[in-house]
Amino acid sequence: MALSTSSPASGLPGVTLQGDFSHQHQVLFRDLELRVEAAEWTCLLGPSGVGKSTLLRLLAGLETGGAFTGTIDTDDHFPLQGRVAYMGQADLLAPWLNIHDNVLLGARLRGSAPDHGRAETLIARVGLADHTAKRPAALSGGMRQRVALARALMEDRPFVLLDEPFAALDAKTRAEMQELAFELLAGRTVLLVTHDPSEAARLGHHILIMTANGLNRHPTPSRPPIRPYDAPETLAAQIALMSQLRSQPDA
Amino acid sequence: MRKGYDIAVSFVLAVGVWQLVVWATGVPHYILPGPYRVWQSFVFNFPLIMEHAQITIAEVLIGFVIGAALGMTTAMHLMVSPAARRFMLPVMVFSQAVPVFALAPILTLWLGYGIASKIVMAILIIYFPVASNFFDGLRRCDPGLLDLAQTMGASETSTLLRLRLPAALPSLGSGLRLAAVYAPIGAVIGEWVGSSQGLGYLMLLANGRAKIDLMFAALFVLALFTVALHALVGRASKRMTDWSG
Ligand SMILES: Nc1ncnc2c1ncn2[C@@H]1O[C@H](COP(=O)(O)OP(=O)(O)O)[C@@H](O)[C@H]1O
Ligand SMILES: [Mg+2]
Repeated sequence: MALSTSSPASGLPGVTLQGDFSHQHQVLFRDLELRVEAAEWTCLLGPSGVGKSTLLRLLAGLETGGAFTGTIDTDDHFPLQGRVAYMGQADLLAPWLNIHDNVLLGARLRGSAPDHGRAETLIARVGLADHTAKRPAALSGGMRQRVALARALMEDRPFVLLDEPFAALDAKTRAEMQELAFELLAGRTVLLVTHDPSEAARLGHHILIMTANGLNRHPTPSRPPIRPYDAPETLAAQIALMSQLRSQPDA
Repeated sequence: MRKGYDIAVSFVLAVGVWQLVVWATGVPHYILPGPYRVWQSFVFNFPLIMEHAQITIAEVLIGFVIGAALGMTTAMHLMVSPAARRFMLPVMVFSQAVPVFALAPILTLWLGYGIASKIVMAILIIYFPVASNFFDGLRRCDPGLLDLAQTMGASETSTLLRLRLPAALPSLGSGLRLAAVYAPIGAVIGEWVGSSQGLGYLMLLANGRAKIDLMFAALFVLALFTVALHALVGRASKRMTDWSG
């Protein structure tokens, strides 16, 4: 589909983060190297509290409450700032705005001219064309997360950071959201934090496991994502990933 | 409609209890008049009561508008300025330890017997609830939403005006509803301390002349106005925040 929702025009760079991070002299990671490949999905797993969200916040340029010493480099050497879209577990929709206006939140906040047509196209793309005039409170959790996805797409940023965006959804909705997000984010550089081995097995071009000692690369099936949840190689990857996670000590 | 019915029932009950107390105790009418006597006084003195009510209503409305505007401006200022938070906030909190009533005589001395001192009383009494409720709402904006705004490239000003402000409207509404109840108290206290007009003056005058029925009639009008103002403000703030549960 020749929709402006996919493939931002410019050549996409990958990102490399290198360095140390500590909270009030408590080291969270040291000599860590995170590589996020261009135009692919990198899935990041690991025990709670190991620092996955902190990594995402560093990449997004957000306050972490700690000290980072190191570098965040893009392959094209332009800063990441202004090129990142972020989506978390909470939908973070403004309850006073309707769906249409929530999708246009970025333009509203920047005071730039809102592209109403594109917003409607994206809302239709996530299957909510009949709901654009409703407020978030009138939608289910899955629908709200689709609004958040449309809002992230509206920003049209080459880098997309996803912090457990589907964690709160029921299994069926989650599988549908994975498919929708994978399709709509095609061509973008995606870093997905997840606790769900099956999600990583379906979506990851690359799978990384974060431990207190750094990042470990986990093998991915040869078949490219998105993989059917019931394909033998997806299931095998899921099981291998699960065993790997179970063998890790807690953070 | 159910609400209107409930209010009517409790009103009738309250008047009934009042009448029963008057009958049961046989208390003389110059100590506690019955409801019917108060009603008669209300009808008989209607022009007089309205003349004074006008004054009080004007004081309250002007005080409400100015006090609410000052309180809202202060909250926004506290939100954007760390220096204001450091140096103004402690003063504001400390100022709450000074009972506004204690200031009434001095305000009358400074501003005279006219409506100015009463307006200032109303402003002083509502300023803090409006400022603190609104500031609280501005401050408690969802941090996730603020992070999102940052990744979207929002300026500080637009984050304040387009995220914090609308998110704080329910809290502002609570502050304004409190203000609607407090403002008449401020104005009436101002009138008690020194004035020649207004419901507070009329009540004092009636009390002094043992016209307790008139005093109650004036009090009743004051209460009615306060309830109406509260309902009006409540309705307006509900309209502004129909999205919040
Ligand atoms: N402001 C802070 N001060 C001190 N420690 C913090 C602060 N914020 C987070 N942490 C700690 O940093 C660690 C990493 O948190 P986070 O990146 O959210 O982990 P994850 O997303 O992997 O579960 C946690 O142990 C958390 O307790
Ligand atoms: Mg996390």
